[in-house]
Amino acid sequence: MVNLGFSIGDLLFKNPVLTASGTFGYGTEFEDFMDVSKLGGIILKGTTLEPREGNSYPRMAETPSGMLNSVGLQNRGIDYFEKNIYPHVSGYNTNVIVNINGNYVDDYVALAERIEKLDKIPAIELNISCPNVKMGGMAFGTNLDSAREVIKAVRAVYSKKLIVKLSPNVTNIVDFARIAEEEGADSVSLINTLLGMSVDIKNMKPSLSTITGGLSGPAIKPVALRMVWQVAKSVKIPVIGIGGIMNTSDAIEFLIAGATAVQIGTASFIDPQASVKIVEGIREYLADKKFSDIKEIIGLINRD
Amino acid sequence: MTKRIEDLKIKGNKRLNKDIFILELSGNAKIPEMKPGQFAQVKIEGSPETFLRRPISIHDVDYENNTFKLLIQIAGKGTDTLSRLEKGDFLNLIYPLGNSFSLPEKGERSLLVGGGCGVAPLLFLAKNLKSNGYTPDVLLGYRNIERIIEYQEFSQTGKVFLTTEDGSKGEKGFVTDHSVLSSPSYDMIYCCGPDSMLKAVAGYCKKNRIRCEVSLENLMGCGIGACLCCIVETIRGNLCTCTDGPVFNINELKW
Ligand SMILES: Cc1cc2nc3c(=O)[nH]c(=O)nc-3n(C[C@H](O)[C@H](O)[C@H](O)COP(=O)(O)OP(=O)(O)OC[C@H]3O[C@@H](n4cnc5c(N)ncnc54)[C@H](O)[C@@H]3O)c2cc1C
Ligand SMILES: Cc1cc2nc3c(=O)[nH]c(=O)nc-3n(C[C@H](O)[C@H](O)[C@H](O)COP(=O)(O)O)c2cc1C
Ligand code: FES
Repeated sequence: MVNLGFSIGDLLFKNPVLTASGTFGYGTEFEDFMDVSKLGGIILKGTTLEPREGNSYPRMAETPSGMLNSVGLQNRGIDYFEKNIYPHVSGYNTNVIVNINGNYVDDYVALAERIEKLDKIPAIELNISCPNVKMGGMAFGTNLDSAREVIKAVRAVYSKKLIVKLSPNVTNIVDFARIAEEEGADSVSLINTLLGMSVDIKNMKPSLSTITGGLSGPAIKPVALRMVWQVAKSVKIPVIGIGGIMNTSDAIEFLIAGATAVQIGTASFIDPQASVKIVEGIREYLADKKFSDIKEIIGLINRD
Repeated sequence: MTKRIEDLKIKGNKRLNKDIFILELSGNAKIPEMKPGQFAQVKIEGSPETFLRRPISIHDVDYENNTFKLLIQIAGKGTDTLSRLEKGDFLNLIYPLGNSFSLPEKGERSLLVGGGCGVAPLLFLAKNLKSNGYTPDVLLGYRNIERIIEYQEFSQTGKVFLTTEDGSKGEKGFVTDHSVLSSPSYDMIYCCGPDSMLKAVAGYCKKNRIRCEVSLENLMGCGIGACLCCIVETIRGNLCTCTDGPVFNINELKW
């Protein structure tokens, strides 16, 4: 038997594979293809206080080994979530985590307070890294003072597990991870999408209505891996690795580089079963290598 | 209706003209029930440039022989890769996806309008209408005589009207110029094709108070309602083309 479990503080996860916000809907979209409860956790799509329509079409462009998106946090707001989504997702036998977003610090605080009251949501992922909104989002995650301010404010009202999702669109991501740790975050997840763009030469226009968007998929994996490695060496809280993980070997690279767990994003669009396949793949890899606990490989290359 | 992900075997790859071909697929397992208007997310193997799946409509289904067809136009690298598939190869599909066309009321007259590869979902619809006791007419628009496809197939389901842009066959002009539309006698029009054609047909239907459903071809990331990339603006807010569509009543769209 191989132990795949890990924990953030006293919150246990049965395995290190979670799904990334905005790429797995509310889980329900995937029920035809897999048993969602087999995952270590799911991070639901970005949620805001008020409903949001997001950016206009086109909000997606394919690029070599990846895609750009500028969805812009389309969601129906927390009221709708509590009434219509929460009853269903609370039935999953796994950790269901809400990704929260806001224009102002007060929005994040109000959302955290609402979600604190939902028994079956043991953690939030504080998204200070969305590149596709005009206010809030990445603006918080690319400035050290605003990052500190929003993390501190949310920490003050939220007593369950707080994961801070970091932006790669900064000079030194380690500084942001350190601030999250100092302000009492229980974990950091990285990376969100890299700001990019693409031009449609047929119509001689930007491919996205917003001109720029967030790049995800295998194209960003080496960058994500480097950042996860840097952060994992610099903080004590668990690091969740995200970025271009398509299969088991990608996931294992992140674990060896220092990630305690991983999130599967864009891969779920191409193979809706990618996340559960990776759970099984990691189990087999560890058994093959004769490890009995996943902890034995986490950050292996960072040990002396 | 449950969606599934499955490797299907290519039973045939038939070229209709320079850039349109039909793939016939068969499964090991029994193929699921599918509805006209639904589509599949097709995986393109072998190139990082065709990283995402490509949405392709269900063109024709033969439950007896456990096969179905996709009619595909080469539009770029992904569809070009598909055109090179050979008998015996496998193709990975997520399907059946999306909603479907609605049936007309009893006794109503319906017309199917398609242009170019926009005929793809309409053959399945025409056959379905016929087996439900309707006799739909079909109006097809092509660039010229060489581009005409699937004429025989549609003829078996009802009356077929033709337009070509250069007048080399049928009436000259676009579908909306055809004389069959000059005196509105239909209760329901279904349309699939390029955006400009959908909008022209929708305009005609609005003016003449004819119910109309169009099938949209928005860019898709996932095809299953998870990425919210495929949205279309409607009177009910932004909806997903992949799950709320691809078929929409024109009165819902903000056109
Ligand atoms: C629900 C749905 C059903 C469809 N059914 C069919 C079908 O039955 N047969 C068929 O031939 N095609 C169909 N399409 C269109 C088809 O998906 C695209 O032509 C295909 O994805 C292009 O891929 P590519 O790699 O060959 O081209 P790319 O290299 O990706 O693009 C080449 C060109 O095609 C255009 N294009 C790309 N994606 C689309 C799209 N979704 N719609 C329209 N143009 C696009 C691009 O703007 C570009 O100019 C459907 C699309 C949708 C959304
Ligand atoms: C369509 C799409 C929507 C996304 N929406 C969100 C979101 O709402 N909140 C968030 O924190 N990250 C969002 N992300 C970022 C992903 O969670 C993830 O960090 C990123 O895609 C990198 O991982 P990947 O390469 O495995 O996809 C989104 C990504 C995509 C592709
Ligand atoms: S294509 Fe992803 S939601 Fe429609």
